[in-house]
Amino acid sequence: MIDARGFSCPMPVVMVQKEVKKSAPDQLEVLVDDPCAVENITRFANNNGYTAASRKTGDEEFALTLTKKA
Amino acid sequence: MSKNKLLLPLTGVIVGLAALVLTALGNPANMGFCIACFIRDIAGGLGLHSAEKVQYLRPEIVGLVLGATIAALAGKEFRARAGSAPALRFVLGMIVMVGALAFLGCPLRMVIRLGGGDLTAIAGLVGFAAGIGAGVVFLKKGFSLGRARKVQQADGFVLPGFVIAILALLLLAPSFIRFSQAGPGASHAPWIAALAGGLIVGALAQKSRLCMAGGLRDVFLFRDFHLLIGFVAIFATVLVGNLIMGNYNPTLAVQPVAHHDYLWSFLGMAAAGWGSVLLGGCPLRQLILAGEGSGDSAVTIFGMLVGAALEHNFGMAGNADTMTDGVFTAGGVAQAGRIGIVIALVLLLIISIANIHREEKAK
Repeated sequence: MIDARGFSCPMPVVMVQKEVKKSAPDQLEVLVDDPCAVENITRFANNNGYTAASRKTGDEEFALTLTKKA
Repeated sequence: MSKNKLLLPLTGVIVGLAALVLTALGNPANMGFCIACFIRDIAGGLGLHSAEKVQYLRPEIVGLVLGATIAALAGKEFRARAGSAPALRFVLGMIVMVGALAFLGCPLRMVIRLGGGDLTAIAGLVGFAAGIGAGVVFLKKGFSLGRARKVQQADGFVLPGFVIAILALLLLAPSFIRFSQAGPGASHAPWIAALAGGLIVGALAQKSRLCMAGGLRDVFLFRDFHLLIGFVAIFATVLVGNLIMGNYNPTLAVQPVAHHDYLWSFLGMAAAGWGSVLLGGCPLRQLILAGEGSGDSAVTIFGMLVGAALEHNFGMAGNADTMTDGVFTAGGVAQAGRIGIVIALVLLLIISIANIHREEKAK
């Protein structure tokens, strides 16, 4: 899991990119607290062989689940 | 997603149109919107520097911030956050200003200059791209200014409050506020039009996440061309508008508020680009983020304000080429400005290296 809460863009996407390059996980959970990061990580996922599903987990927090496309 | 894809080019077109309209209404040529120039003018209007030709409380800046605040509040995206290396952000704000004012324009004005046919701005564009490339190298190595955290709502309203005070001072015009009588500071659109233009662009930029540095940064980092669309849309709109209005003048000859000092234009915009990547966005984006409640971006803007004041107090700002009665006088970046840019680049290198966090990855 990547905890990118508190980071502003592009840091959350950079953190996801590093993890994807390092271990290419089948599934990756990412926590963010910036709506902009949700959009950017979703776009990154779609461009890099993943699907992304996001859900609101708190007042200003979101969790994204990235799943490798079959 | 498709709505977002349309919003960004639409924002770029509106920014370009706003620049053309504000120029037609009185803003300096090829300077319909320039964040660095307008923050410099505000610094002059407040008396923070004494360059008489660049003193005016620009309502565009007021509108940009308040437009972003209103859009963020309406969209439930206003988030009071702060605490991510504020002192470093202040310094980086100064550095971006030193670079941009040597070139004579922020990244947004660079694009507007290019759209008006100002080929001297190509040196700035190449430097800007090189600076972004340098910043991206450090992002890949683990550069980070650290996490921000939730703060009191009042903290998020510091910059919106500040610009409301700026607007009040502009309209009340007390004797201690300075107004240029000649030069770029004396060229301005009516305040209501400038404010309206700023409000519209601020709201759209908040929704679309428009960022002049982010476009190239994302291409270098992720091969993601999404944000670059806004950059291209502004250029295309200004280019077409200038062609229609007969204002397109593609030449290296004397251009409005520009100079031929290519090396220092390159290095100045390299500093601006590098600093913008470390900050997470260009000067326009910093205004928008501050409008959304980011105390860190508000501190950055105050750094820019102080940077603009020092730039003029120390004679570091670029001087425009002029043609008077057929006599050409070369402008450029004076020795003080060159020293300022070198110091800025050295500081950027130190800040970049000192903030590499190898462990800031997955938990």
